[in-house]
Amino acid sequence: MFGGIDPALLIAALMVNSVPIMLAATGELVVEKAGVLNLGVEGMMIMGAICGFVTAVVTGNPYFGFVGGALGAVALSAVFGVLTQVLQTNQVATGLALTLFGLGLSSLIGQSYVGIKPPATGDLALGPLADIPFLGVAVFSHDWMVYASILLVAGVWWVLKYSRMGLVLRAVGESHEAAHALGYKVTRIRFLAVLFGGALAGLGGAYVSLVRVPQWTDGITAGAGWIALAIVVFASWKPWRVLAGAYLFGGISVLQLNLQAAGSAIPVEYLSMAPYLITILVLVIMSSGRGKAALAAPACLGQNFHASR
Amino acid sequence: MKRRTLLATAALGLGLTFGGAAMAQDKTKACFVYVGPIGDGGWTYQHHQGALAVQEAFGDKVEIAFQENVPEGADAERVLTQMALSGCNIIFTTSFGYMDATNAVAAKFPDIKFEHATGYKREHPNVSTYNARFYEGRAVQGHIAGKMTKSNKIGYIASFPIPEVIMGINSYYLHAKKVNPAVELSIVWAFTWFDPAKEADAAKALIDQGVDVIASHTDSTAPLAEAAKTNGAVIGFGQASDMAEYKDGPRVSSIIDNWAPYYVKRVSALMDGSYAQADAWEGIAGGEVEIGEITALVPAEVKAEAEAMRDAIAAGTYHPFTGPINKQDGSVWLADGAVAPDGDLLGMNFYVEGIVGEIPQ
Repeated sequence: MFGGIDPALLIAALMVNSVPIMLAATGELVVEKAGVLNLGVEGMMIMGAICGFVTAVVTGNPYFGFVGGALGAVALSAVFGVLTQVLQTNQVATGLALTLFGLGLSSLIGQSYVGIKPPATGDLALGPLADIPFLGVAVFSHDWMVYASILLVAGVWWVLKYSRMGLVLRAVGESHEAAHALGYKVTRIRFLAVLFGGALAGLGGAYVSLVRVPQWTDGITAGAGWIALAIVVFASWKPWRVLAGAYLFGGISVLQLNLQAAGSAIPVEYLSMAPYLITILVLVIMSSGRGKAALAAPACLGQNFHASR
Repeated sequence: MKRRTLLATAALGLGLTFGGAAMAQDKTKACFVYVGPIGDGGWTYQHHQGALAVQEAFGDKVEIAFQENVPEGADAERVLTQMALSGCNIIFTTSFGYMDATNAVAAKFPDIKFEHATGYKREHPNVSTYNARFYEGRAVQGHIAGKMTKSNKIGYIASFPIPEVIMGINSYYLHAKKVNPAVELSIVWAFTWFDPAKEADAAKALIDQGVDVIASHTDSTAPLAEAAKTNGAVIGFGQASDMAEYKDGPRVSSIIDNWAPYYVKRVSALMDGSYAQADAWEGIAGGEVEIGEITALVPAEVKAEAEAMRDAIAAGTYHPFTGPINKQDGSVWLADGAVAPDGDLLGMNFYVEGIVGEIPQ
């Protein structure tokens, strides 16, 4: 116990809190590793939130809900893919437009779903693990998406680092000209990466509307997509650092609310700005370290590619 | 070529739509600026119900326009200017943070009427303010909270440190304390009106601290959704809207903001020429604040007491801030039997005695 807060409950809360931004950031990391800057994460997340919600309510099955959420966001990311990869539009502008479009469309789809409760996503039964003192409450008492999101980070890390697929993806992001010269289909690879990013953003969004705040209201993701984008930079495009960044950000957000609820003597203003302050602080520290972090961005990030060049 | 034709058709269609709206000058145009989405199920939803009531009351004679999710600050000024230029005759700005923007734009458009909700600045003759006495509803909630809590810990999810919110906290605490002297109040400042995830986190933080009755001053139903996860261990209240979808769960009562009568009255006054600058502050008596149905989770005698309090407030025989009440630092605010003057309430910037913590500045 410190400051009247139970650390086990705090860890439990931060693990749940971090899932949406972690999923979305992992997806965006893959997209950016392929050299595409998709600023539409917020739009894809909220599409995932409403599509997941609608699917779960209609089918009565939360698992289908997550599939539906992922598919809804994939559909939106496909729009981005076609526009930027085929029609060669500006990625920044298209991404921002995607967010606005997603927010509006989700609001339209969700109009008749306000005030409905989705089917509950139960906690995963981990048997004896859940009875371990401290760890049982803190780590082993969550729903399956919490663990799935960590596995996804591990999977993305392994694929990017050790598999041929990851190597090709990184090559496309570092130098699309060279990858093209070697015979890799740059546009196709990027398109697939964009779809993958959409799927994960959609899962993150569905997690918000199905588990974290089990309901639908307009604008439910409330900026989580932007935080996810920041975390990718914060993590200098490394999967495990995405996990760390998401936990850090989620953890501080939860901590400041808990400190308030526990009647901490620290003024609320400091607590409220803590997440942002620490994000800035870590960014400064990381980018000052031998300029390494600045070099970690994929070289072709945000540049369009056309084979005719 | 085909694509171009399509675009041209679309542009023509849009032009016709807007053109049609602009031509209808003989109508009275009532515009609304919302801080959240109309589907928030709370604050903005209720304002929009009021707007729809205006449309219903006057039919073809009025035109309604609204904009959702307008940030409080510089953006609000742009939106207001845009509305003023687009032919609005009366503009309702429905959040405290629009106060300065409303007055600034009102100075530039003296012929347009501005109505600002929950504020206190009327710098120009064309600016009126209106509010509801939500603290009356908070008193009823506090009574229920004090009676219902088993852990003697009650919580309040606060939005911004403005008099309106502080009034609610004080009223809630005073009436809980009155029926349960052991009660402790935890306050979490969310610094947002609408962020469902953060509101849910705030509710969870309170629940983790042992709080079992949560009142919220934010706009979404997320705190109730979080309370619902505890299978009945934690109860809460509908805020701004009835939030009836949680009636079979944690929602034991609610404060319903009913803006419709006021909006209809003001638009009607504008149309028949009797409109005058006003500073409206109605409560339970005037029908602006309604207490939502108290559910079966609340024992019958507590329900009866709460309803008796509601009726006493409506009849004017009981004021929720009746002395003796001390400020947090122990100094006297209201002497025995004294009733809080409205001026004190509208500028309230202190907690009453017994509340732990400081108000953020």
